[in-house]
Amino acid sequence: MSEREVMEYDVVVVGAGPAGLACAIRLKQLDSERSVCIIEKASEIGAQILSGAVIEPQPLDDLLPGWRDNMPPHCIPVTEDAFLMLGKTGSKKLPTPPQSNNHGNFIVSLGAMCAWMAPQAEDLGVDIFPGYAAAGIHYRQDGSVGGVIIGDMGIAADGSQKSSYMEGIEIHAPMTIFSEGCRGHLSKQLIKKFDLDKDCDPQTYGIGTKELWQVKPGKSQPGRVQHSIGWPMDSHTYGGSFIYHLENDRIAIGFVTGLDYPDPNFQPWEAFQQFKNHPEIKTLFEGGEILSAGARAIVEGGYQSLPKTEMPGALLIGDGAGTLNVPKIKGVHQAMRGGMLAAEHLGQHADGKGYDKALRDSPIMAELKKVRNIRPGFHKGLWLGLINAGWETITGGYSPWTLKNHADHTALKRLEDYQSPERNWIDRELPPRDRLASVYFSTTAHEEDQPVHLQVADTDICINQCTVEYGNPCTRFCPAHVYEIVEEDGEMEGGKRLQINAANCVHCKTCDIKDPYQIINWVTPEGGSGPNYQNL
Amino acid sequence: MSKILIIAEHNGTELNNATAKCVSCAAATEGSIHILVLAADGAAVAAQAAGIAGVEEVISINHANFAQVLAATQAPEIAAIAADYSHIYGPSSTFGRDLMPRVAALLGVNQVADIMSVKGPRSFQRPVYAGNAIIDVSVPEGMTIVATIRMASWAAAEGGNSAAVSKREASAETPTHSRYIGLKTEGGDLPDLQSANRVIAGGRGLGSEENFQLIYQLASKLGAGVGASRAAVDAGYVPNDMQVGQTGKIISPDLYMAFGISGAIQHVTGIKDAGTIVAINKDAEAPIFEVADIGLVGDLFSIIPEIEAAI
Amino acid sequence: MKILVGIKRVVDYNVRVRVKPDGSGVDLDGAKMSINPFDEIALEEALRLREAGKAAEVIVVSIGPNACQQQLRTGLAMGADRAIQVDTEERLQPLAVARTFLAIAEKEQPGLFIVGKQAIDDDNSQTGQMLAALWNRPQATFASEVQVEGDTATVTREVDAGLETIEIDLPAVITTDLRLNEPRFVKLPDIMKAKRKPLEVIPLSDLGVANDNTLEIEHFAPPATREKGIMVDSAEALVTELKNRGLL
Repeated sequence: MSEREVMEYDVVVVGAGPAGLACAIRLKQLDSERSVCIIEKASEIGAQILSGAVIEPQPLDDLLPGWRDNMPPHCIPVTEDAFLMLGKTGSKKLPTPPQSNNHGNFIVSLGAMCAWMAPQAEDLGVDIFPGYAAAGIHYRQDGSVGGVIIGDMGIAADGSQKSSYMEGIEIHAPMTIFSEGCRGHLSKQLIKKFDLDKDCDPQTYGIGTKELWQVKPGKSQPGRVQHSIGWPMDSHTYGGSFIYHLENDRIAIGFVTGLDYPDPNFQPWEAFQQFKNHPEIKTLFEGGEILSAGARAIVEGGYQSLPKTEMPGALLIGDGAGTLNVPKIKGVHQAMRGGMLAAEHLGQHADGKGYDKALRDSPIMAELKKVRNIRPGFHKGLWLGLINAGWETITGGYSPWTLKNHADHTALKRLEDYQSPERNWIDRELPPRDRLASVYFSTTAHEEDQPVHLQVADTDICINQCTVEYGNPCTRFCPAHVYEIVEEDGEMEGGKRLQINAANCVHCKTCDIKDPYQIINWVTPEGGSGPNYQNL
Repeated sequence: MSKILIIAEHNGTELNNATAKCVSCAAATEGSIHILVLAADGAAVAAQAAGIAGVEEVISINHANFAQVLAATQAPEIAAIAADYSHIYGPSSTFGRDLMPRVAALLGVNQVADIMSVKGPRSFQRPVYAGNAIIDVSVPEGMTIVATIRMASWAAAEGGNSAAVSKREASAETPTHSRYIGLKTEGGDLPDLQSANRVIAGGRGLGSEENFQLIYQLASKLGAGVGASRAAVDAGYVPNDMQVGQTGKIISPDLYMAFGISGAIQHVTGIKDAGTIVAINKDAEAPIFEVADIGLVGDLFSIIPEIEAAI
Repeated sequence: MKILVGIKRVVDYNVRVRVKPDGSGVDLDGAKMSINPFDEIALEEALRLREAGKAAEVIVVSIGPNACQQQLRTGLAMGADRAIQVDTEERLQPLAVARTFLAIAEKEQPGLFIVGKQAIDDDNSQTGQMLAALWNRPQATFASEVQVEGDTATVTREVDAGLETIEIDLPAVITTDLRLNEPRFVKLPDIMKAKRKPLEVIPLSDLGVANDNTLEIEHFAPPATREKGIMVDSAEALVTELKNRGLL
C-alpha cells in the first residue's frame, strides 16, 4: 500500500454537528493561531443532522453573543407547551413536566442551525470539509490517537478501484475530537480499544423518526410545542412524540421509540405513522405535503452510561459521548457545552488529560445526574415509570440509588418467549405509504457501485438462526427498508438470503445497536453519500 | 395571424416523424404553417412534408452543403428567411436542440425550449427541473418566437394533405469551419433504453438472471429497449446501466411495460413522463398499479408467453 | 491554448425540487447547491486536455452573485488554474449568458469554450449554441468524445440516431453529454490550494452586455399527477387494449 498523503492540523474535529462546531469555534476564539479542521461525511453541513429540535439558547448566548440578531433560518421562540396522554382515539391533557417547560427556548431545524454555524466557524479560520468521511483512526506508534484516515473514493462494490479512484488522505493532529453523534462508528471502535466503558453501564438508545410538513394555511400555530406519550405504544415500549409548529405553514412531527423494546415484531417506523394517523393528530396534516423525512438514533443512557471521554490523543464529545438529557429530550445544549468545555480545557492544558474529570465536575454532568433515574424507571412499564419520574422530579434526583441500564440488543425477546400485545393498529391514510417512500423524502443518495457499508459478519446466522429465534427483526427496526429476506429462485430455489439495500440507508445506526446477535457493523460509506436532509 | 415555419428533420430521403409532431403544435398555436426542407436534394422529403395535414406550403432549399446536418451551416439559412415568420419551430430532438438556439441567437432572441402545450399565440408551457415543475412562458410582442417542441407531448399530425412545394435558392453564406465526418448507429438488436419509443422492464419478480431472458425476448419482438428496477440490478440479474429510476435513467417512452416491478416511488420517478405505463405484477397491492394506465394482476411467467402469442 | 469552461451554480441533482405553493418558483430553501453536473463534465474534459498537453490553462467562469464563488472554488479545487465570476444579482437568460461568455472569450481568446449541454434547473440547452452563433465559430454539441489535434477538434456527438462525428476548427464551442467522462473527486489538500488560486470578479455592468429580448416566465406549477388507469384480466385483453390505443 502506498504511503497516504498527510495534512496536519493542531486539532481535527470529526463531525460537524453542534458539538463539533461549538468546539471548533471556541478553539479559534481562544487561540486564533491554532489550526483546526472539521471533517464531515455529509455532502453539506447539516445534511445529515436530524433533531426535533427545541433547544435551550444559553450555550449559543455564550458561544455566539449577538446570535439573536442574526438567527438561524427556521428558528422561532417557543410560545406554548402541551403534554398529552394519547389513547387510540382520544387524548388527555397532562400537566407539563418541569423538564419539558420550554419557556425561553427555541424551536430550530438543527440541520439549518449547523449550516448557519459553519460559515461563522470558517470566518474564524476553521477549515471545514464536508463530503469527506473519516473512515479510520490513525494511531501513533505509542498507541495513542494521532488523527483520522479519510475514506478512499471510487471503490467498486467488488472492492476493485474504479477509474475515479482516489486514495483518502490522513489528517494528523496532536488532538482529535470525535463528535460523530450518536453511535459514531469510530467512537465505537475507540470505546472498545481503550475500554472506555469499563466503569459504566452499557449505553442505551432510542430511534427517532421525523417528518417536516407543509400544511394547509391556518393549521400551524408557530411556536407551539406538543409532546405525547401513550398510544400507539404498549406500556412496555418506551416512546413518545413531538410536534413543533413552525412559521410559513410548516410543522415538524416526530416519534422516538426506546430501543430497549422487547417485542421482536415491533416496527418503530410504523409506530410513528400510527401516531401521525391518530384522529386528533392527522387533522393537522390532511391536505398537506411532506417536505422531508428521516431517522436517527438518539443516545439515552445518560449519567450511568457515560463512558470515559478522554483517551491518549483524543476526546469524545456530544451525543457520541452520550450527554443528552432524555427527560428534557434535549441534547443540543449539552453537546455544545461539552464541545466548548473541551475547547476551554485544551486552551489551558497541553493535552486532553483531565477533560473527563472536568466534564464530570461540570454542570453538564450535574444536569445528567439529576435525571439519571427517570429513563431507566420505565423498564417496569409506563405507569411505574411515570410514578418514578414524578418521585425523581420532586426529589431533584437526590434518591440514594442509581438505576441500571442494560444494552438494548439484550432486551429483545425471542419469538417463542414473547407474546406480542394486540396493537389494534389502523389503516393509515396519510403519506408516506411505506418506508421506501419515506426514504424518498430523505433525499438519500449513495453511489451504488461501492462496497456495502452495512457489514454483516455472518449471514448464516440471519438465515438459519435469527429467522427462527427472532424472525429477522432487522427487516422491521430499520426505518429505511435496508434489510430484506428474499426467497431464492433458480438453482437456490426454496432458500432464503439476506438482501441489504445499502443505498437506502439513512445512517441512523439502529441496526448496529439493536441487532440481537451484534453481527451488523455500520461503517461509513463513501464521503458525501447518505441522506441529504433539508431543514430537519 | 401567426406565420409559423417548421424546420423539417430528415435523413436526406425520409422525413422524421418529429416534423409531424411540430405541425400539431403549430396547429395548436394557430396560423399558417410552412415547412422548410434543407437538403442536397429535398424532393422526396418535401413531398412527404407536403402530405402532412394542416401544412400550407413546403419550402425546399437544395444545396450541396445541406447534404449533412450541421447547425452552423443551416442556421444562417434559416435566419435569412426568418423575417417572413412570427414563429419558427423545430423538434426538441438532438437535431432541433442543436440547431434552433443557434438560429435564435442569430435573430437576437431567447428560444422557448420544449413546448409541451400552447396557451395562446405567444404563450406556452414547458417543463423545467427535469419535469418537476411546469412553467408558463410568454414571448413579448415584436420578438420572433423560436422554439423547440417536446416530442412526448404531441401526437404526429395526420397525413392526406398535398400542400404546395416551392423551391428556393440558398442565400446565406456557408461557413467552412465545421465538417461532417460520419454517423455510427449504435450496435445491438435492441434500441437504446434512453431513446427507445417502447421499453420493457423487469424487476425482482423475474427471480433470476436466466429468467430475465424472457424480458429480452419480448423486447426484441416489440423492438423495445430493456430496463430494470434497482432491485433487479441489485440482485445481479442485469447490469447497472439498465436501471430505471431516481438513481438510474429517467425515460419517457411512448409505452413502458413493467413486469414484476413493485413500483417504489424511486422507480416511478424515472418513468413519470412515459406515455402509457403498463404494469404486470402478481401482487394486486403493488404501488405500481397506482400509476399504471393499464394493470394486469398475475404471474408474469405465464403472461409473457401469452402476450407474445397474442401480438 | 486556453480553455474556458462555463459552470453554473444549480440545485444539486439529488434534491427533490418542489414548486412553492404560491407558484412563484421552486422552493430551494435549505437545498444543496452544486456545479451543474454537465458543466462538471465540461471542466473534467478541459482538465484532461490540459493534462494531455493539449491546453496550457483552464479557466472556469460563472455568472451570478457571490454564492457562485463556492462552485468556482470547487472548480479550482478540481484543478482549474483560475476563475472568473461575472457578478450580478440578475438571473440571466441564455442569450445574455452567451453574450457574457462572448465578452469573456474576446478578452481571454480561448481555443475552446466548453459548457454543459444543459443546466439541470432551466433545462434550456441553448447557451453553448448561442455562444457559437454570436462568436461565429463552430459548435459541437452533446459531445461524448473529444480529440484535439493542432487547430482542429474531432468530436463524437450523441445524437438520436447514434454517434455522429464532426471535425471543427478552433476556436470552437463544445457542449458536453453525460458519457464524455466521469469527473474526478476533489482531493482534500486541493481544497486548501484552491483558496489561494486567483478568482477575478468582474461586474456584469463592466461587460456592456444587454439582457434584452427576454422571455416572460409567469407561473410555476407542479407536474400533473398520473391518473389511475384501468385493470385488465388477461394477456389477450391487454394486447387488445394496447392495439386499440395504437401502441402495438
